[in-house]
Amino acid sequence: MSSSIESLVNKEYQYGFVTDVESDTIAPGLTEDTVRLISSKKDEPEWLLEWRLKAFRRWQAMTEPHWSNLKYEPIDYQAQRYYSAPKSITPLQSLDQVDPELLRAYDKLGISLSEQKHLAGVAVDAIFDSVSVGTTMKAELSKYGVVFCSFTEAVHNHPELIKKYLGSVVPYSDNFFAALNSAVFSDGSFCYVPKGVRCPIELSTYFRINAANTGQFERTLIVADEGAYVSYLEGCTAPKRDTHQLHAAVVELVALDNATVKYSTVQNWYAGDKDGVGGIYNFVTKRGKAHTNSKISWTQVETGSAITWKYPSVILQGDNSTGEFYSVAVVNNMQQADTGTKMIHIGKNTKSTIISKGISAGKGQNSYRGRVKMLPKASGSRNYTQCDSMLIGNQCGAHTFPYIEVANNSSTTEHEASTSKIGEDQIFYCKQRGLSAEHAISLIVSGFCREVFKELPMEFALEAQQLLGITLEGSVG
Amino acid sequence: MSSSTEAYEQAFGALRASGGTGWLPALRREAMDRFSALGFPTTRNEDWHFTSVTPIAEKVFKIAPTRTGPATLSPADITALVIGDPDWHRLVFVNGRFEASLSAFAGLPAEVRVTTLAEALKESPEFVAEHLGKLASGEGQTFTAFNTAFAQDGVVIHVPGGEVVEAPVHIVHIADSHAAGVGIHPRLLVVVEPLAQITIVESYACAGPMSGGYLTNAVAEIEIGNGARVDHYKIQRESTDAFHVGTTQVRQGRDSMYHSFSYAAGAAISRTNVYTQLAGENAEARLNGLYLIDGAQHADHQTFVEHLAPACASRELYKGILDGGSHGVFNGKVYVDPIAQKTDGKQTNHALLLSDHARIDTKPQLEIFADDVKCTHGATVGRLDEGALFYMKSRGLGAENARALLTYAFAAEVLETIEVDALREGLEALAFARFTQSELR
Amino acid sequence: MLKIENLHATAGDKEILKGISLTVNSGEVHAIMGPNGSGKSTLAQIIAGHPGYVVTSGSVTYEGKDLLAMAAEERAQAGVFLAFQYPIEIPGVTNAYFFRSAYNEVRKANGMEELDPIEFLDFMDKKLKLVEMDEAMLHRSVNAGFSGGEKKRNEILQMAVLEPKLAILDETDSGLDIDALRVVAGGVNALRTRENATIVVTHYQRLLNYIVPDFVHVLAHGRIVKSGGKELAVELEARGYDWVMEAA
Ligand SMILES: Nc1ncnc2c1ncn2[C@@H]1O[C@H](COP(=O)(O)OP(=O)(O)OP(=O)(O)O)[C@@H](O)[C@H]1O
Ligand SMILES: [Mg+2]
Repeated sequence: MSSSIESLVNKEYQYGFVTDVESDTIAPGLTEDTVRLISSKKDEPEWLLEWRLKAFRRWQAMTEPHWSNLKYEPIDYQAQRYYSAPKSITPLQSLDQVDPELLRAYDKLGISLSEQKHLAGVAVDAIFDSVSVGTTMKAELSKYGVVFCSFTEAVHNHPELIKKYLGSVVPYSDNFFAALNSAVFSDGSFCYVPKGVRCPIELSTYFRINAANTGQFERTLIVADEGAYVSYLEGCTAPKRDTHQLHAAVVELVALDNATVKYSTVQNWYAGDKDGVGGIYNFVTKRGKAHTNSKISWTQVETGSAITWKYPSVILQGDNSTGEFYSVAVVNNMQQADTGTKMIHIGKNTKSTIISKGISAGKGQNSYRGRVKMLPKASGSRNYTQCDSMLIGNQCGAHTFPYIEVANNSSTTEHEASTSKIGEDQIFYCKQRGLSAEHAISLIVSGFCREVFKELPMEFALEAQQLLGITLEGSVG
Repeated sequence: MSSSTEAYEQAFGALRASGGTGWLPALRREAMDRFSALGFPTTRNEDWHFTSVTPIAEKVFKIAPTRTGPATLSPADITALVIGDPDWHRLVFVNGRFEASLSAFAGLPAEVRVTTLAEALKESPEFVAEHLGKLASGEGQTFTAFNTAFAQDGVVIHVPGGEVVEAPVHIVHIADSHAAGVGIHPRLLVVVEPLAQITIVESYACAGPMSGGYLTNAVAEIEIGNGARVDHYKIQRESTDAFHVGTTQVRQGRDSMYHSFSYAAGAAISRTNVYTQLAGENAEARLNGLYLIDGAQHADHQTFVEHLAPACASRELYKGILDGGSHGVFNGKVYVDPIAQKTDGKQTNHALLLSDHARIDTKPQLEIFADDVKCTHGATVGRLDEGALFYMKSRGLGAENARALLTYAFAAEVLETIEVDALREGLEALAFARFTQSELR
Repeated sequence: MLKIENLHATAGDKEILKGISLTVNSGEVHAIMGPNGSGKSTLAQIIAGHPGYVVTSGSVTYEGKDLLAMAAEERAQAGVFLAFQYPIEIPGVTNAYFFRSAYNEVRKANGMEELDPIEFLDFMDKKLKLVEMDEAMLHRSVNAGFSGGEKKRNEILQMAVLEPKLAILDETDSGLDIDALRVVAGGVNALRTRENATIVVTHYQRLLNYIVPDFVHVLAHGRIVKSGGKELAVELEARGYDWVMEAA
């Protein structure tokens, strides 16, 4: 039985190839000049450079946080490269000007960027190392007034929106990695959905790290104006390399009154080999601000990265706002994940739901870390948290660190957690009905993750299914 | 080093001037050094994140004075001050000093040793040397080191293999009006050999009017042999301007049982630590507690259950009722070692906020490294169940009445786990009176 | 169909079965009764291939093949079905999906076409009627949060789906009220043919009024201490087990 579990969890990483493109890569090291260089490469306005520099100075005064349950070799920030872009990409070019080699790379990842072949119903912004390769379906979206483009493009075409919202949810001073990102971010996606518009298609960004020894620092900003709705998906992959690569992203979501933002992630960065050689160090700050009657929902399937440090959070600022967090985190071999969420209840009658499923295999260590905070004025608020862990094999670990802080007496919080292994009895029961051990395990795992997978849009549910090697049919929907 | 630790260093010098050499002075010296080096914890320390001990850290508590005049309390006073049966084996300490005239513990089985720490150091120093400071080494724990450096007296209990002590041993700590500004550091050392059994009740109470707070900083070390059982009740009803820090460190052998109940209703700031190591197969720990706080009180409970052997079980139920502007903290941690397969752990904590200004911070943690385990924890914070309130009202109860009864019922669920009748009934009566302003039954 | 010869089995270092011999032919119904802890479930689980028991000696032949050499799922695919005394919960996996997976595995193993979800739902319709269960049941997770009676019915529903050759019902009657008992027994009887066989483990003669056995065996301390016709069950109910054990 254990061998069947092993073959299930030890699937080969499919996206480990390297694309051979000529790149404009800057020298390793991080100084004010690096920040200026990145800004000038992007031809940025002065105010943005100033913002970056403030962030950089702040970062220099900060120290890397070590409160998480993660163990890794110290990161030498001066040994990293902070910018790398394929030479063939010129700023603000259109999709039909893209280097065919890059298009092929995306085809190999299962994402077609050519307008004829792309997935119906999904617009894609493709980020390759430090820059955007292009964004599909822009014309279609503009009919609805929806802006969806690379961050760089937004800085040039929608400076007023960027000025207003950049750093409004995650200030550059928020934490060490957010400050670092604010100083050196190179690209990312921007989306604005105007008042009352329900964005008719799914928006997505596909992040690809290709260059060696280069970090990726992208920034995503999504603004849903009053009464608007948007569903956004994010996917990530990287080549197999035997050195660790740094990824420090920031995502800011703004849901104005009565708006809904749904953000889904399938994170499949290279995880390193079975001895922990190589793999992405993934330090991400994701946060949304929910105004009156609005809703922000995070769904994540975290399967990649050597290290994951990530807590998608919601500030429930407005009365009657809703925050959700659905997560499946899988660690195998030497992977470590410290992930969870923060729900900060500020407004009255605010509601949050947290469903976290951790699966640990090999020597993987999986930690759930969550904070539910009910402030004195958040009367009548509710939280429900459920975090379950499943252990496969006896060398892995599961940890839960929930913080529950309640400062008013009309709110309720409920927290449940459990840890278990796939029961021998469950496997035997399935076998008695004619199923093989592999089939039984995939069935049990998919049942375990069901509540989270049913939150994923269909396209992503399929990808998640492939990733986990499980059948979702019967567990989704 | 802060000014208060400097002052303690001086006080230590004076207190232990005639210390000489040997294991005890060395143990104390080491503890003092550790205490000075660690200093009082700040809220940046993860284990003290929600509890600020600044009010304790900025004072310098004096060494408890020795009584000079005649005893001001009578045995009857003690009976009135604490819950329990006067017939139990009773050891009374006033302001940390043993009061033989108030104590009575003669009727114990001959093989069982119950003595004061001071007495035990004279009678059987080797035994004390072998066990004292072993479980509660004070590593990383300021208050434990503080106790070890300054402890003047306490209780030593040794139950040899197979002995069953029927009546509880009641250790009573009273602070009276002389306690103002004093630091009391009681120590309890319990060694229970295989298959033996004992029930220990620790009561902390205050007598008479208080002017100015005092600090109780208690440490208990309990070793439980294979197949042995210890029931341990701690009833903390200190003066509401006092500070109370109590740490219990337990190590359990195979098939043993440790049952702890902590009741906390007193002190301005209290911190109760219950740590147990399930070190032998099939051992079981049951940790329960109830805290009732009001006004500006702050009550912090920390439990840590380490599953270090296979097939052990732990059960935890903590409840808190918070009124006024009080602040409660619960931090329960369950650790499951890689070898501790077949662990069955369950932890529950519930808090009831009666006032809009009360606050609770809870952090139930699981750290699991073995795969064949069943561990759960549940935590809720909230107010009384509206459905139950409605149900009671529909049966004709007034709103206030219904509320009071439900609040009492919330507390009663955990009081029911108390297996010593006199204690359970006493605490039930106390809780009932507190919430319904009337008498039980 | 099934031939058990001098079967000895242990769990951990405890010997539970101490020499069991039993022959079951097509078309027969055998009832096994016996005090708590006598080894009835153990016998049932060993026939189904539970990995927790070690067979120390003896043999089990099923349709001429060495049953003990087959994996649990192979036995199921070959038509051995066990209705568990304590059915297992599988949270998050719907009955519908679970049944179809099992059904298709069994068909595949027997060289038949798999059914697609629509065909399968059709097929399920009839089976649900047989045990008087609601379709909503199909969309709930396997046994999760089911009442004791629902779990037992769910076992019989699976039996109806898989149409086994040898069905072993381990205390399927305990926890059922009289109506449910009638439904479950009705289901079992409807599935009886001359080709298949049933072993019913029970404590109560009551069930045997509905599922009439050809043989009744008393299992005690890991051995079959008495066998007889259906009247033996009546006698056991009236007199308890002590007299059989004393006689043995
Ligand atoms: N895995 C196991 N490990 C150790 N002992 C076991 C195991 N399984 C069963 N036993 C023991 O073997 C004996 C027979 O158990 P079994 O479940 O077969 O009894 P039963 O006849 O079905 O009883 P009941 O009428 O209560 O269902 C019991 O004493 C039981 O405790
Ligand atoms: Mg049985």
